[in-house]
Amino acid sequence: MSRAATMAAFVADLAGHLDRAGRPLNFMEVCGTHTVSACRGGIHSLVPKGVRLLSGPGCPVCVTAQCYIDALIDLGRRDGVILATYGDLVRVTGSGGSLERARSEGAAVEIVSSSLEAVDLAVHNPAREVVFAAIGFETTAPATAVAVEMAATLDLRNFSAMCCHKLVLPAMRALLVDPDVKIDGFLCPGHVSVIIGADAYREVVDHHGRPCVVAGFDPLMIMEGIVALAAQAAGGRAELVNLYPSVVSAGGNPAALELLDRVFEPADSIWRALGTIPASGLELRPEYRRFDAFSRFGLTLPEERDISGCRCGEVITGKAEPAECGLFGKSCTPVEPVGPCMVSSEGACRAWYRYRRAEVVS
Amino acid sequence: MTERIVMAHGGGGELTDLLIRERIRPRFDLPDLDDAAVLPEVSGRLAVTTDGYVVSPLEFPGGDIGRLAVCGTVNDLAVCGAEPRWLTLSLVLEEGLPLEVLERMLDSARAAAEEAGVAIVAGDTKVVPRGQADGMYVTTAGVGVFLRDPLPGVNSIEAGDVLLVSGTIADHGISVMLSRTDQPRLRSAIRSDVAPLAGLIGGLLEAAPLTRFLRDPTRGGLAGVAADLARDSGLGLLLEESAIPVRPGTQWAAELLGLDVLTVANEGKVMAVVPETDVEDALPALRNHRQGGKAAVIGRFVDRDPGLVVLRTKAGGRRMVGKPYGEELPRIC
Repeated sequence: MSRAATMAAFVADLAGHLDRAGRPLNFMEVCGTHTVSACRGGIHSLVPKGVRLLSGPGCPVCVTAQCYIDALIDLGRRDGVILATYGDLVRVTGSGGSLERARSEGAAVEIVSSSLEAVDLAVHNPAREVVFAAIGFETTAPATAVAVEMAATLDLRNFSAMCCHKLVLPAMRALLVDPDVKIDGFLCPGHVSVIIGADAYREVVDHHGRPCVVAGFDPLMIMEGIVALAAQAAGGRAELVNLYPSVVSAGGNPAALELLDRVFEPADSIWRALGTIPASGLELRPEYRRFDAFSRFGLTLPEERDISGCRCGEVITGKAEPAECGLFGKSCTPVEPVGPCMVSSEGACRAWYRYRRAEVVS
Repeated sequence: MTERIVMAHGGGGELTDLLIRERIRPRFDLPDLDDAAVLPEVSGRLAVTTDGYVVSPLEFPGGDIGRLAVCGTVNDLAVCGAEPRWLTLSLVLEEGLPLEVLERMLDSARAAAEEAGVAIVAGDTKVVPRGQADGMYVTTAGVGVFLRDPLPGVNSIEAGDVLLVSGTIADHGISVMLSRTDQPRLRSAIRSDVAPLAGLIGGLLEAAPLTRFLRDPTRGGLAGVAADLARDSGLGLLLEESAIPVRPGTQWAAELLGLDVLTVANEGKVMAVVPETDVEDALPALRNHRQGGKAAVIGRFVDRDPGLVVLRTKAGGRRMVGKPYGEELPRIC
């Protein structure tokens, strides 16, 4: 069967499940990469009216609280500091402008594609302080852990990480207890699941009664995942289904999990829109605390502030679609972004702007 | 010990003379050193263009800054419908650049010029202190001659016209991006497509003289050119994702890097708009050239959705295609 025929069959199945459910169905894709792949594949033009796909708190840049961004940019502007960051962060705006602007004004901001490049910078710039902007979920946290262990092995005195790492499950729990959020099931993140394993979502299924489906990133895989969610919702069932077994195992990646446990411990963390969630972030264990940028530079987080008019917080909690924000496409565009969801390549607003702005679904 | 560029190489004195006389001039058959090259008399209108090249790294699988600097400028002339004839080559060298690297880049530029059938007739060399450039920057200017009328351009495009691409897309951008990774096995996985297009385009215009518009989709990729075409023609442009040629390895790497292949740069491909009636002449003309074996019809201009590019995805869905926004990625050409 051709891809298009397979897709047509999925769409027909989905329509049938929607009909049986007899009510609108809201599913949340937790992962930013799913959001982008779905938009890029034109999935939204295929799902029947009545099935809504909500973007979740799965884009690392978007969930990072504004206070971290402000602190990071402040640090990046300090003399003698080289700030090493993944590319996605450089255009996010804080109270002191973006890192991109800071760089144009002379700040040493280096874009790296691997945490080890940051270690390398520290080795080659012994007179400078190299700070690695460590953001992301369980997917990027192991890379930070490797860098920290490497820095310890090399006994580097000029390397630190500003840990803003977040854990996926606490955010899903927070959404489930929010009365304003209506979710009939989760399309669980593929990459995070490689690390934490599909079984991690069992509590969402067992305690919260919501179906969880782990799916891959190809448009067909995404649609297959949506169909599996709709089938359960229509039948009043909640099960854990792993449709991505080629890379996601039940127990995850034991080496990565062990690494995370060796270097990090869970800590309270501040999320954009969700506030402080207990044990939802990662901080360095005491034996690695000397590599912690917060303690090394005596940083205290500035007060969390809202960006006026920006609804990124509602977008990442499934309460609003990007186009419902008054700034979307007007004062907030990829060229001049206001909120992080328009900046990050995994952000829902950016994906909407890029692929759905004209709503060419015909 | 490695011989390197020093500041005095750009000082205009003996060392500059030596560099030009021994390492640069013999490679390019340059006429007697003078302040300007005198070109032969030609009949026909002229096209002139200039472009700067700042790619990092200087060498990548399938190409380097020397080849890129020749092909990029030659292709800009060719897509206007002109036959590229002469180039100038201006170098900004960073103090400390190994001379063997410079010579390799110059050899590569010469080989590309021979391949493209153009002569490098003038040049310039400057040196800047270490840290003020990234190895070397190259600027080329090119002059071409119109053997036929200039192409009618985007205003002549009508609903029903067909969009072709001459081969697989995104190979250059992905190659350069992968060559920057710290993964040795990835670094050599994809080869850039950088190549002069004058021959391919000459054959196309011979076979399909009613060709309305040509463009090489460099920065901004196929999406950037498609978006410009829809906006400037005022028509809708319907693209067929399954028809767009992409190497599986390139597709895979783009997904790994989180990129849309449609927005990734090419340096050896041309997009052509031809009337529907000319497709059966245009497509074989491209495919019969060694650079156009994978040429394909990828889209059609339509009367609806004015100014928009709509992609029918492989999955059977629809979505819009927009111009990418600025440089979230490191520079690649």
